[in-house]
Amino acid sequence: MSKSKSYLASLSALLLTFFAGTAFAEYKLNFPEPVSPLTSQMYDLHMLTTKIATVIMVIVIAFVVYAILKFRKSKGYEADQNFHKTAFGTWSWILVPVIVLGIDLSIAGSAGDALKQVEDYSEADITVKVTGSQWKWTYDYMDDDVRIVSNMLSKEKAGDNYLRAVDNPLVLPTNKRIRFLHTASDVLHAWWVPEIIYKKDSIPGYINETWTIIEKEGTYRGQCAEICGTGHAFMPIVVEAISQDKYDSWLAEKKTAMAAAAAEASADKTWSKDELYARGETVYNTNCASCHQLTGAGIPGVFPALAGSKIAIGDIVAHIDIVLNGKSGTAMAAWGMQLDDLQTASVITYERNAWGNNTGDAVQPADIKAARK
Amino acid sequence: MSAVIHEEHHHHDGPPAGFKRWLYSTNHKDIGTMYLIFALVMLFIGGAMAMLIRAELYMPGLQIVNPDFYNNLVTDHALIMIFGMVMPAAAGMANWMIPMMIGAPDMALPRMNNMSFWLLPAAAILLLSSMGVSFIPGLDAGTPVNTGWTIYPPLSIQVGMGMDLLIFSVHLLGISSIMASINIVTTILNMRAPGMPLMKMPLFVWSWLFTGLLLIIVMPVLAGGVTMLLFDRHFGTSFFDAAGGGDPVLFQHLFWFFGHPEVYVLLLPSIGVLGLVIPTFSRKPLFGYKPLVFFMGFLFALGLVVWAHHQYTIGMSLGVTTYFMIGTILISIPVGLMIFNFIFTMWRGAMTFETPMLFAIGIILMFSFAGVTGVMLAVVPADLQYHDTYFVVAHFHYALIPGAVFGLYAGVFYWLPKWTGNMYNETQGKIFFWWTTLSFNLTFFPQHFSGLAGMPRRIVDYNIQYVEFNQISSIGGFLFGLSHLLFLYIIIKTVKGGEKAGDKPWEGAQIGTPGLEWSLPSPPPFHSFTTPPTIK
Repeated sequence: MSKSKSYLASLSALLLTFFAGTAFAEYKLNFPEPVSPLTSQMYDLHMLTTKIATVIMVIVIAFVVYAILKFRKSKGYEADQNFHKTAFGTWSWILVPVIVLGIDLSIAGSAGDALKQVEDYSEADITVKVTGSQWKWTYDYMDDDVRIVSNMLSKEKAGDNYLRAVDNPLVLPTNKRIRFLHTASDVLHAWWVPEIIYKKDSIPGYINETWTIIEKEGTYRGQCAEICGTGHAFMPIVVEAISQDKYDSWLAEKKTAMAAAAAEASADKTWSKDELYARGETVYNTNCASCHQLTGAGIPGVFPALAGSKIAIGDIVAHIDIVLNGKSGTAMAAWGMQLDDLQTASVITYERNAWGNNTGDAVQPADIKAARK
Repeated sequence: MSAVIHEEHHHHDGPPAGFKRWLYSTNHKDIGTMYLIFALVMLFIGGAMAMLIRAELYMPGLQIVNPDFYNNLVTDHALIMIFGMVMPAAAGMANWMIPMMIGAPDMALPRMNNMSFWLLPAAAILLLSSMGVSFIPGLDAGTPVNTGWTIYPPLSIQVGMGMDLLIFSVHLLGISSIMASINIVTTILNMRAPGMPLMKMPLFVWSWLFTGLLLIIVMPVLAGGVTMLLFDRHFGTSFFDAAGGGDPVLFQHLFWFFGHPEVYVLLLPSIGVLGLVIPTFSRKPLFGYKPLVFFMGFLFALGLVVWAHHQYTIGMSLGVTTYFMIGTILISIPVGLMIFNFIFTMWRGAMTFETPMLFAIGIILMFSFAGVTGVMLAVVPADLQYHDTYFVVAHFHYALIPGAVFGLYAGVFYWLPKWTGNMYNETQGKIFFWWTTLSFNLTFFPQHFSGLAGMPRRIVDYNIQYVEFNQISSIGGFLFGLSHLLFLYIIIKTVKGGEKAGDKPWEGAQIGTPGLEWSLPSPPPFHSFTTPPTIK
């Protein structure tokens, strides 16, 4: 076996081992199948421009390959020194703009309808406000006063869908016109689920609008598309599309659960430290652990540790203040709008007693209520 | 004072000895060489960052870097490659070649030339320390620059002191580019030898005239934008803070008003190089010189007014979006004409395939591909799907690596014999071409597919469904990176010695241009044209 052959053999062996593990994986070479009128139109546009692009590339490659094969010095071809002075050489510059302009305008023309559809703000059946924040999505059903906070699922729970799975998906009915209002609470984000909804950025201070009609029941996944800092890769989006009937009962259930939680949170009850600690652990692990870590150790230089921190073992009022109002100039968000009094009280209690922060403090919902004023 | 200098020059035709030759240099060739060496160093620093990125993305999960450092790498890889590599390399070639091409003794403003180069190392140090501050123990530097090179607020307001260093670095880079551009434009307009009207200039000179003008127009806007950012960060203004009556989107407009023309700043010099390389190795004059020049001007003008196609998703009105879409699609006209004219320069020529020509042909094919994916991206409704996915990453690497970087490589191989007086090893050059081109395609072609499958840009960790394409990309990336060691070896070896190159290392090198640069010996004397040459 010659040297080069043995190299080839070892290279193909390497490639084989490399592909062996993935032989049965589904290769996705194109957009996922669209399931809404507008994403279908976009898909068709994409296929149209892909075809035009392919034809143009074939033509360019054909010309270049022909030139390379034919007009080579090694074949004794003599250069035509006056080619650029011929009529073709003098006037062909008109050719390209005319042809290219024709292609351009037909592409732009076929995009016109979809573009108008994107900017069509007719009345919708359901309106959902989608708020991006570092690093989770909050969904407000504007007509029903229902809120869903959607966090990434851990690797253990999500399995193969890790980074594309959440604890609380957005639930929507099929075959209804849904309007999304996009905004952000801290930095730019972009909400995107390829099958059902295209991108419009979530910008603090702006409200952008998109719409869709989901034509098929199913679970649709996406990710935050606009860089938003440390957790940008960890901000998945999941939409569950279900029939109107199922949606109605889901909504009723959700409302009951929310009312119960609200009643519990505002009840004039004094909670024991252990109760608060147990609830606080859940709140912390869902909302705070992506930065401050499960161990409370933070990430040195990036996210401060809470274990032994001046805030978490110091003045309670300052601690409540930073949780409710955030810290400007840092990634620490204001949680006052997202957590209710009981959740806030629990998480602060947890932070003041976990990881060796043995202050023994128990912060009551009433304290939070007072601090909010 | 000027008399003394004048006298000195008469007595010593050679360069001064020692470090003073470089530190005090006002010689266009020495400054050009320094630009090129600087670009080469930055190529390896920016390349090492790319290798880290590809190594992290080889597998899902967090293996090598943490998310913030990853985002910092993405940011600095872009800034270093754009401001540290492509622009200085193109400026180095302009410094070396333009005075020789137009028959000038030197650049019009030699002292400013010195300053515009020496600002670059300072800017590079600031840029690298913006990354380095996060690693200084005991220094609370805050969050690293995890914003991407677009440094969009409000995220860039959150970032720690790295952002301030980056802003100052951008200021210096901007001053340096503006001065270099003023110098080049002045040289082209004022220093041409008698008998060289504008319409007789080599295409490379034309491309730099437009590049220089573009930079002078757009660089101040970027400088203003980042200064407003600095004020928002430290001095209580709220230009970009909605809570204070500002507008986060305003920064995006300022940034892309600079950022889109910047793409042509990177591309045009390389197109100029192709305008010389292709006629040389086709042994016949450039096809359609006049249309090429006029359409380059059209590209220049159009490039200034289509910036918002980088921001289709910010929610502009139907009318504005339609305008930017049509404007952007129209870019295919000048670019299409360039491709057409380059192909017809080869048509009925007598082609040989030395390394610069191989790169030129590769560029025609790969840059056309970037062009057609560019038209796909320009179509607004479809872009609302492509936007911020790996499809975009693939597209702009196809535009910038063949379009700008390979064009510069073609220039390096084309002019290396002229600069050093030595021929490079043609076999090694060809191996380098095939190695880089194949590994480049292996790296970036699969990224179109991961983008369509839904993989967003700038993510440090990805779902397992994207594993295959990322592994192919990473392997391609490592091979691509490795090929540059051969590039470095070829350059060093050619500088040190080798077969002597004649004054005209490429037969018929003067074709289609006055070819003044080839009338000088290789390497050319320290001062090229002390009296204006005559042009036939």
